[in-house]
Amino acid sequence: MPGQEVVSWLRTRFFPHIWCPGCGHGIIMHSLLRALVTLDKKQSETVIASGIGCSSRMAGYIDACTVHTTHGRSLGFATGIKLAKPELTVIDVMGDGDCSAIGGNHFIHACRRNIDITAIVMNNNIYGMTGGQASPTTPVGSMATTTPYGAIDPSFDICKLAEGAGASYVARTSIANPKQAEQYIMKGIQKKGFSVIEVLTHCHTTFGRRNNRKTPIDNVNFFKANTVPLSKAKDMCEEDLVGKIVIGEFVDKDVPEYTAQYLSLIERVRG
Amino acid sequence: MPEVAFWQGNEAIAYGALAAGCRFFGGYPITPSSEIAEIMAEELPKVNGRFIQMEDEIAGMAAVIGASIAGLKSLTATSGPGFSLKQENLGLAYMAEIPVVLVDVMRGGPSTGLPTKIAQQDVMQARWGTHGDHGTICYSPASVQECYDITVKAFNAAERYRQPVLILSDEVLGHMREKVVMKKLDPTQLVNRKRPNVVPEKFIPYLADPKDDLPCMASFGDGYRWHVTGLTHNDWGFPTNNPEEIEKKMKRLMRKIDRFRDDIVEYETAFTDDAEILVLAYGSVARSSLSAVNEARSRGIKAGFFRPVTLWPFPDKEVEKLARKIKTIIVPELNCGQMVLEVERAVHGRSKVVAQSLVDGELFKPDQIFKVIEEVA
Ligand SMILES: Cc1ncc(C[n+]2csc(CCOP(=O)(O)OP(=O)(O)O)c2C)c(N)n1
Ligand code: SF4
Repeated sequence: MPGQEVVSWLRTRFFPHIWCPGCGHGIIMHSLLRALVTLDKKQSETVIASGIGCSSRMAGYIDACTVHTTHGRSLGFATGIKLAKPELTVIDVMGDGDCSAIGGNHFIHACRRNIDITAIVMNNNIYGMTGGQASPTTPVGSMATTTPYGAIDPSFDICKLAEGAGASYVARTSIANPKQAEQYIMKGIQKKGFSVIEVLTHCHTTFGRRNNRKTPIDNVNFFKANTVPLSKAKDMCEEDLVGKIVIGEFVDKDVPEYTAQYLSLIERVRG
Repeated sequence: MPEVAFWQGNEAIAYGALAAGCRFFGGYPITPSSEIAEIMAEELPKVNGRFIQMEDEIAGMAAVIGASIAGLKSLTATSGPGFSLKQENLGLAYMAEIPVVLVDVMRGGPSTGLPTKIAQQDVMQARWGTHGDHGTICYSPASVQECYDITVKAFNAAERYRQPVLILSDEVLGHMREKVVMKKLDPTQLVNRKRPNVVPEKFIPYLADPKDDLPCMASFGDGYRWHVTGLTHNDWGFPTNNPEEIEKKMKRLMRKIDRFRDDIVEYETAFTDDAEILVLAYGSVARSSLSAVNEARSRGIKAGFFRPVTLWPFPDKEVEKLARKIKTIIVPELNCGQMVLEVERAVHGRSKVVAQSLVDGELFKPDQIFKVIEEVA
């Protein structure tokens, strides 16, 4: 049961939520809310932006300043909000489709600008909301409604993408480890810069069903068996890493942040 | 800022926006609108405003909506291809009732078309470009002075009616220089969105006052928390599938513009009292048209002139009234016949409507329009 403080961040008047029983997105929301409570954030000074998808419905359930936008574009909205009022804590929750397909361009540019927004990518390897079509993170060989003979196109590594594009904090974990998700989200929020926390999750309803992971528990077990902490992976050879997903913190650096840069530009211009 | 300036239309729009209280610009460069972005990049930091060049027009539209939700009056500017890209997020601003101003400096289309040439091919896109029903407020300036004045009006309308407001300029107007006199604007001439006057716990974000159908808007960061969504929502701003709530929202979205139609609609006329022939034109074409009408008058032809300043809502009642005593209405346009359809709708067959279309990338010369006046006289 979530603690009372966590519950106070929920818009229970809007329940029932739309998520399937056992969907991984709820676990991530819990981790996020615990992080916000631990950091003592104020609801009226916290913005949760989201795109479109099952994952993005999360914004509506959180009792904060929330904006549920268009598919893939949430980072554009979040950027406008953050630049207008840099004092706000801005978190952007998105699906893998939102982040790496339709919103890929916005994602890399938010990383490049290094604007102080925390992006939480709920990667379930599929388009859940629309019924199980392939996403750019659907693993090669996996079944989806639009890959009835198995996916043939290579998938994105969202963390590598974020690292390459310049994000200042990049980490990955899975819903099998909600405490770690909470810690990473906390660090992401505290980081002055663009942070990406990819949380591997499942859509047992549309992905698991077609890929031998029918139940939520099958999926949790899959993550437990197939994720390897970065510290361990460093000592493993390539062969041993085949089929494994590395989790951990990949980037944690201090580089100039966009809104701070803009505010100092204003100071410079105004003399 | 000088009191009198010699500006291009694009400059006048940028300075008009600043005078209206605009403090945020987000966009992506595109000819023939880029000067607006460039001036805002230079001027906004001086007034503690914010400029951001986004990665594309989709993000530009998103950023200005975000900034408006956070409380800043926001502007974006673009042209044809960029106007197309902005449409989806523009729809979100209609649905979520977020005030923003969008300028489209029209160039020839379709597609990349004619980046450096004038056209008026986006007037129907301005009305119907984003999917779904919505009321549209769209201004069409015809001089550099008006670019300045209309931009102030557009911000006021966006704030008052809580929705996006469009300005359709064109390539000639955007790059033409004219004298502009900046009237001193006192704060009473600037409209700011209605703020909630209840405590945050009592704030119902889309509960509209029946007197004006307009809900109050809080800004993120002002102590209120609320939900913004492009999904059809109830008064609480929360997605709904309830037929009553859906209809309530949709009807109010239309009504909040319909009921103020007479306050919003603007037009200009000349020589209409005894006119038998009317030239109806907007934007740069209105200038060629007025010259042609003057020429006709000097030759004893009873020609008149009508210029919709708001393309949307279209001054249909006013045109219909004139049509009762006018024989022929000529509608010169730099497209293959778009607003002429609206004119036909308005006149109900009371007068003959003649479309004059020009799509060679040039602006009408007055004598081209005068010839048609002569033909129908
Ligand atoms: C412009 C646009 N294209 C397509 C859609 C349809 N659509 C809604 S959600 C979605 C995919 C969602 O997948 P993801 O972002 O991975 O989130 P999930 O539902 O899996 O949590 C799509 C394609 C849309 N809403 N808007
Ligand atoms: S369809 Fe999949 S992603 Fe969507 S709520 Fe159900 S389990 Fe979750």
